[in-house]
Amino acid sequence: MPDPTQPTETTEALVAPHSLRYTYKRSVGPIMGKFFTALREGRLVGVRRSDGSVMCPPKEYDPETAAALSEMVDLGDSGVVTTWAWVKTPRAKQPLDHAFAYALIQLDGADTPLLHAVDAGSESHMSTGMRVKARWKDERVGHITDIACFEPAEEGA
Amino acid sequence: MSDESAEGPVEIIQCPVELDYTYTAGQATTRFLRGVGEGKLLGQRCIVCGKIYVASRGACPIHGVPTGPETVEVSDKGTLVSFSIVRIPSENLSVDPPFAAISVLLDGSDSTFMHVLSDCPLEEVRMGMRVEAVWIPKEEWTTSLKNITHFRPLDEPDAPYDSYKEHL
Ligand SMILES: [Zn+2]
Repeated sequence: MPDPTQPTETTEALVAPHSLRYTYKRSVGPIMGKFFTALREGRLVGVRRSDGSVMCPPKEYDPETAAALSEMVDLGDSGVVTTWAWVKTPRAKQPLDHAFAYALIQLDGADTPLLHAVDAGSESHMSTGMRVKARWKDERVGHITDIACFEPAEEGA
Repeated sequence: MSDESAEGPVEIIQCPVELDYTYTAGQATTRFLRGVGEGKLLGQRCIVCGKIYVASRGACPIHGVPTGPETVEVSDKGTLVSFSIVRIPSENLSVDPPFAAISVLLDGSDSTFMHVLSDCPLEEVRMGMRVEAVWIPKEEWTTSLKNITHFRPLDEPDAPYDSYKEHL
């Protein structure tokens, strides 16, 4: 009797690509809704916190006092890099198809930073404190990807 | 990526998740799929309990021992043991709703098999119904379960409940 613990025949295992795809629909609520609506219009907005500082991306409630927030504040589309990480070999679904930086960007007029990509060409062009400006897409739909990325801006721009 | 209307405020955003795998079937599933490529549904028997699993994962889930060594061909006819009517559309579904997702106990097998039932009014779908696989033309066969497009009803009396009650 053959040894049942051994496979009878060893065949070359079949291999196939398998794509798992599903799309969440997220209800964004009134405050983030205003942020996404502004993105569609090519603008950036934040929300005023209880202590008067401005948070972007905006949230519905103050992270410290839990007070409901409602006052939207217009922000510039330029800002300062507060920290960053260089991505040498981007993967397919990342925002750019060549090396770039993920950065936290504190927009002019905001007191908290926003995560986005910076297209700086090379790592040596990146520095904490550098100024960057949004590169908007022509066709905008109300999504964070309406900003293709940020790019280095002239000092004081 | 967002709501259609460019007019009103953005209320919903779409967040796609896309994961690309390279799937390796392994010995057991490869054996099954090569069988499917020849129009056969192959199973393997547990050496302890004798149950035949189609498709075998290479081991009996009850006894934890390897199945085999020989493969056993089972019928492409069977009994519908359970079903669910799917009415909600979803991305990447190859069948338009409403349709019946069914669990089939193939004749000669001791494990059930998920597929779709067509060629049958939804109100007639029932447990115990006899069904058979519908294959695509032989020239188009590949080592994929897509060789079977769907199951359809057989003109046979329903199977008695006792014959499939262990497989619900
Ligand atoms: Zn067993």
